Amino acid sequence: MTASSEPARYAVPTAARLLGHKITPLTRRRLNSFRRNRRGFWSLWIFLAIFIVTLFAEFIANDRPILVRFNGAWYFPVFADYPETTFGGEFPTAADYRDPAVKTLVAAKGWMLWPPIPFRYSTINYDLPSPAPSPPSQVNWFGTDDQGRDVLARLIYGFRVSVLFGLLLTGLSSIVGVAAGAVQGYFGGLIDLGFQRFMEIWAGLPVLYLLIIMASFIEPNFWWLLGLMLLFSWMSLVDVVRAEFLRARNFDYVRAARALGVSDRVIILRHVLPNATVATITFLPFILNGSITTLTSLDFLGFGLPPGSPSLGELLAQGKANLQAPWLGLTAFFVLASMLSLLIFVGEAVRDAFDPRKVVL
Amino acid sequence: MTSGKAVTSLLEIRNLGVTFVGRGETPPVEAVRGVSFSLDRGGTLALVGESGSGKTVTALSILQLLPYPIAAHSAVSSIRFAGEQLVGAAPEQLRQVRGNRIAMVFQEPMTSLNPLHTLEQQISETLLVHKHMAPAAARVRTLELLRLVNLPDAESRLGAYPHQLSGGQRQRVMIAMAIANEPDMLIADEPTTALDVTIQAHILQLLKDLRDRFSMALLLITHDLTIVRKMADDVCIMTAGEIVEAGPTADIFARPRHPYTQRLLAAEPKSRPPAANLAAPDLVRADDLRVWFPIRSGVLRRVRGHVKAVDGVSLAVRTGTTLGVVGESGSGKTTLGLALLRLTEAEGEIRFAGQDLAGLGQRQLRPLRREMQVVFQDPFSSLSPRLSVAQIVEEGLKVHRLAATAAERRRLIETALAEVGLDAQAAERYPHEFSGGQRQRIAIARALVLKPRFVVLDEPTSALDMSVQAQIVELLRELQSRHGLAYLFISHDLRVVRALAHAILVMKDGRIVEAGSTERVMTSPKHPYTRALMAAAFDLAAVPT
Repeated sequence: MTASSEPARYAVPTAARLLGHKITPLTRRRLNSFRRNRRGFWSLWIFLAIFIVTLFAEFIANDRPILVRFNGAWYFPVFADYPETTFGGEFPTAADYRDPAVKTLVAAKGWMLWPPIPFRYSTINYDLPSPAPSPPSQVNWFGTDDQGRDVLARLIYGFRVSVLFGLLLTGLSSIVGVAAGAVQGYFGGLIDLGFQRFMEIWAGLPVLYLLIIMASFIEPNFWWLLGLMLLFSWMSLVDVVRAEFLRARNFDYVRAARALGVSDRVIILRHVLPNATVATITFLPFILNGSITTLTSLDFLGFGLPPGSPSLGELLAQGKANLQAPWLGLTAFFVLASMLSLLIFVGEAVRDAFDPRKVVL
Repeated sequence: MTSGKAVTSLLEIRNLGVTFVGRGETPPVEAVRGVSFSLDRGGTLALVGESGSGKTVTALSILQLLPYPIAAHSAVSSIRFAGEQLVGAAPEQLRQVRGNRIAMVFQEPMTSLNPLHTLEQQISETLLVHKHMAPAAARVRTLELLRLVNLPDAESRLGAYPHQLSGGQRQRVMIAMAIANEPDMLIADEPTTALDVTIQAHILQLLKDLRDRFSMALLLITHDLTIVRKMADDVCIMTAGEIVEAGPTADIFARPRHPYTQRLLAAEPKSRPPAANLAAPDLVRADDLRVWFPIRSGVLRRVRGHVKAVDGVSLAVRTGTTLGVVGESGSGKTTLGLALLRLTEAEGEIRFAGQDLAGLGQRQLRPLRREMQVVFQDPFSSLSPRLSVAQIVEEGLKVHRLAATAAERRRLIETALAEVGLDAQAAERYPHEFSGGQRQRIAIARALVLKPRFVVLDEPTSALDMSVQAQIVELLRELQSRHGLAYLFISHDLRVVRALAHAILVMKDGRIVEAGSTERVMTSPKHPYTRALMAAAFDLAAVPT
């Protein structure tokens, strides 16, 4: 508080590190604040655990063994197809390990290591005690759907597809959105005016109808849907980023950089963009949620992923069509509800961690 | 209430202590320690100190307005107002005192008025709450109050919103609200810091008149020693939460005893600019410089007129000298500085070392950017918060490829930091770890590392405390004589300008009203506006302009 010792006085040195990288004190404060939000912190870990587990869905729910020991040799059916003749069968086609004949052949000269759920999302269990959809049992823990496929296996694969779709769509639309917002906000004037009018028209296009029309031309797959959704989803971030840039371009440190002769590109990337990242990162979990919900609703309506693909929306639709089999609708509902809630909790924690005015006592 | 007055003062503060609890690992902060003073009706006491010295916390304690679970008073604290103990008083009792018997005027009139309420609503609120007046009577009283604070056209302004008033007028409205209930005591927390000097003089005059008229006690919180000298009977010098010296104003100014007071008084810029070759060639020349912002209206956005931010300004800065630009806010000083650096579009001729800048594109300007630099007013906004000091300072070196190797760049950065009085360790830190004065040093280092010949200094000392201000002025003078820099020094603080500038320009509404050598303009101003400005700045005299 006294000014006499001014040039010699500094704050205590801090050598904060995260995963071996040096981080700024600001980042450290945010990390601490995020950790202090117990709900958001644990939600993130639970979500990450589930997501990482489902990334290895092939090792958890599959209709072929992970490992086969046959006649002194190792086989990895998860990674490669082996003809039935390898195991002494008759057909040169890929072996069907669920076939009792193949099972007996392998058992005679070795063993198989099965994943905990011996069904893939497309595996039809013909050996059902009651007509499909059949209720939860020792074999099918969450029951089967109306085509005799294991619900748990479809959930695991469906969760993975949903989250991957959401992450990709969020990532790509953030990149496009931030770039568009940055250019509009930084340069302003006619560029801003023109771009804003274009966006107003573009946002007016009916996305759902467009998807339905496209669905009659092509068979939509993962990438088609991603592309089509991306055409419209990039706009959600533009306004936030544009506003940040409009604000920051007249900051003194941007002016100072301009006075140093720094080029526009470097000013945008180095001086202004870090300001906009706060708004962007705060929005990300919510955009991710929105993307997942969009894919689910398209699947529910039947305009989403091609028939047969594992999908939460399709499971919901089945639950609606088979009210006598409540395990379908309930499972889909609880999985969706918990996934979206986890992400919202994470989003709230991130938002609070980035809020400079939030005081944690 | 009258019973206690005979024996004790109106306000008696004894051993006031305020502690803010820490959060997380941060320890509690003792903001105020053992503060004692008393104040009588009709008297003025000034609490003087730099930012963070605890003066505002002391003032807020009187009204018990601190955020209480976080702030706590020490056990021995006592604040007696007209005999009543205010520390820990019941909310009803405090409500009787707040706004009624003790009123407060804040520093920033824009944020202390509700932007959605008209003047009448704002002022009559306190009358309706405390005096239970009928709306019609409140309206009459409101008008009376606005006339009392000399608000022009009071009647037609009853329905006006705060944004329709100027800063000075807003402060008058704040004062009208404060005296609405004829309080016994008025606390003015930096009441004129946000205002221009000429308006400041008028507001201080008004406070003085009102104090005498209602025989109020006035507690004045300020960092400005000129105001203290002019207004206060007694003064308390605060630093680091303690009163280090107290007594009658005249005594303290004549014979400061505590070393801090002595330093504070010595910090007032009194020196004159360093000797310079006043016949040196012109480094920067501008002729008939104009920055006009178009006003558009109507469907076709036709240009209906212009805001003439800078209107036909001609100037010349000689190598190694300082040209001071003074004027009030909105006079176009900053715009002029930005226009000279081609950071804003301008018409007219700008010559730097004989080369015409007007027609050059950004790419052609880049080599010249190295030679012309700028330091901004607010050191908190002029440094990117996400870059370390080394990154901030090296940016210019990278753009202009002034260092071949990383080691050489490092050496240049450290030299620049050493030159502004920071040590090499500072390079790895981030701006928020530094105080205002240190940040301003970093901003100067960023400009200096490029070895410029011309630096625009846009109010570089305005956001700083008095003693830090003096250090920065000293640093600027030293750098000028060492490197032969030419400065364009923009400021509203005439004392600092007098300490630095060889010649000055006085600007008003985008035009130059007077120009000449500092000595001549300061001692015998010709233009009436300049005269009013000098009177307001040096004597706090309210001269109608």
